[in-house]
Amino acid sequence: MSRIAKRFAQLKADKRAGLVTYVTAGDPDADISYQILKGLPAAGADLIELGMPFTDPMADGPSIQLAGQRALKAGISVDKTFDMVKRFRKETGDNETPILLMGYYNLVYQRGAEKFCKDAAAAGVDGFILVDLPPEEADELKPYAVAAGIDTVLLTAPTTDDKRLPAVLKYSSGFVYFVSVLGITGTSSATEEAVRTHVERIKRHTMLPVGVGFGIRTPDQAAAVARHADAAVVGSAIVERVKAGLDDKGKPKPDLVPGVFAYIRALADGVRGVRKA
Amino acid sequence: MAISPNSFRTGPDERGHFGIFGGRYVAETLMPLILELEKAYNAAKADPAFQSELDYLLEHYAGRPSPLYYAKRLTEKLGGAKIYLKRDELNHTGSHKINNVLGQVLMAKRMGKTRVIAETGAGQHGVATATACALFDIPCVVFMGSVDVERQSPNVFRMKMLGAEVRPVTAGSSTLKDAMNEALRDWVATCENTFYCIGTVAGPHPYPAMVRDFQCVIGNETRQQMMKAEGRLPDTLVACIGGGSNAMGLFHPFLDDPGVRIVGVEAAGHGIETGQHAASLTGGRPGVLHGNRTYLLQDKEGQIIEAHSISAGLDYPGIGPEHSWLKENGRVEYVSATDNEALEAFQLLCKLEGIIPALESSHALAHVMQLAPKLPKNNLLVMNLSGRGDKDVPQVAARMGMKIES
Repeated sequence: MSRIAKRFAQLKADKRAGLVTYVTAGDPDADISYQILKGLPAAGADLIELGMPFTDPMADGPSIQLAGQRALKAGISVDKTFDMVKRFRKETGDNETPILLMGYYNLVYQRGAEKFCKDAAAAGVDGFILVDLPPEEADELKPYAVAAGIDTVLLTAPTTDDKRLPAVLKYSSGFVYFVSVLGITGTSSATEEAVRTHVERIKRHTMLPVGVGFGIRTPDQAAAVARHADAAVVGSAIVERVKAGLDDKGKPKPDLVPGVFAYIRALADGVRGVRKA
Repeated sequence: MAISPNSFRTGPDERGHFGIFGGRYVAETLMPLILELEKAYNAAKADPAFQSELDYLLEHYAGRPSPLYYAKRLTEKLGGAKIYLKRDELNHTGSHKINNVLGQVLMAKRMGKTRVIAETGAGQHGVATATACALFDIPCVVFMGSVDVERQSPNVFRMKMLGAEVRPVTAGSSTLKDAMNEALRDWVATCENTFYCIGTVAGPHPYPAMVRDFQCVIGNETRQQMMKAEGRLPDTLVACIGGGSNAMGLFHPFLDDPGVRIVGVEAAGHGIETGQHAASLTGGRPGVLHGNRTYLLQDKEGQIIEAHSISAGLDYPGIGPEHSWLKENGRVEYVSATDNEALEAFQLLCKLEGIIPALESSHALAHVMQLAPKLPKNNLLVMNLSGRGDKDVPQVAARMGMKIES
């Protein structure tokens, strides 16, 4: 059983939904980014998404675009991202919290899909969420991911109809990610009713847990998603807390890391306040 | 070693691949839309009414066929191949872009879309899209890098006159690739009512094939016109390449004529060796960006490197996937020309033929200036004069240290 599957099994046993937190690797610099990563589980993250910055993040809104630019400027690389995960597993001894890499396929392709999967697995990565690798192209990665024991979480969207869902689910493992709004990250939010309808629809097709993301900013919104989905994913709003912790010159202020954790704790309280059957 | 296929004209396969290139690397939200477009395009291709409406517009609105003009003085000056210019700069709106845009806006109408978006570099595609949208009364938003807004200001004003909204893009390098990112971001949020009119033979399938098909009117006309003028096919074809749509339009109808030598000219900027260029095929390697796998300018890890060219229309770190395939199988030769070579060619054509070429097309001419003298006088060479240079006059004047007095 993968770490992701185990975590969702545990959440189910605990009768609650999970909180998935996204942070951009290397934002605002390697050191602070690692401090954030290290403290995420204690702050209430059940699963961690670590964003791999890309120069051309076509599916991301301004918050995550800027975070990627800060990280690239500070020198983040794929190797350093793997090193962060390695260090996390070693220093914290946390062998349960799943870490998923999120980003764009070109970084995987340039390393070679097979090598990328092996290196990621060796570092302690559990899954990939690749925004621009739909089921139509997933064949070029999936066999290597399976061989390395890495889950591939594919995205479904409001435009993914019942006819198309099975194709997405065929390549998904660990969980399936429902993008709750039409749009890029960090912009609009879906209504609770829309989330409920879509999650029910997806669950008619799969036993996989469903994580819902895009547009979740407040503990109340996270709680609303937690009532219907197996996990709520928060990204842009967390990354904005990182930005808020920078001074005018882009230097980190002392309250940056505590500010991020305080915000995540509030989200986690929202999610954990919802008891499930 | 690459194996030659029986035909170079059958691509892409049903999944949108040209060999390893092409494909559909887009966010899931867009996938159903792209599949819908593919279906609608296949239906349109099979519908004689669609083709006849497009043909009517191409003839009576865009002014096709564009002439195939024997450039006598240029030929004499260069002293080699007999040079013909395919005059696509004479089209309505001043470039080949209108060929594709009329097709796509008809597709938008056919699919019931009520809003059109486009990206633009030099502004030629933006102007063409704004024009077609004015004609069909469809709201139009054009994304343009803020650097390009600056260096192509005449076209920005034209788009606004035509009723389009121009949105300057300040993300990244603020040029064409960033405009395309921003258009994709808009499309993800608006896909239910919006048609994305891509300006070149790139992007997710079916765009590279669809845009190529709409641009093939250039090559198809050239075949007929050359048969009429010389009684035989041309020997050499030359066209400039940014994304590669004017080149693909000229080349594709000739790919299966082995006697026709085909040359694409990329923008070498300050020179390939300086790293400041836009020659993805010469200086890049395969990667995935903007929905397709193709040659890209990128660093070791796969981060995209900003392109450089004096010509905003060629200033793109990628290229259409079919060109990548044609490079790998060797059917088309790809070379490059620098900013300075293009500027020299620009001035030569003005003086010799009384034609002000676009800086984009000037790259093709720069290569013709090198190639033609080495070819025999009976070598029939066709260069695609894909755009007119009026838009570039302020920039060229500044570069030559001249002031335009108002």
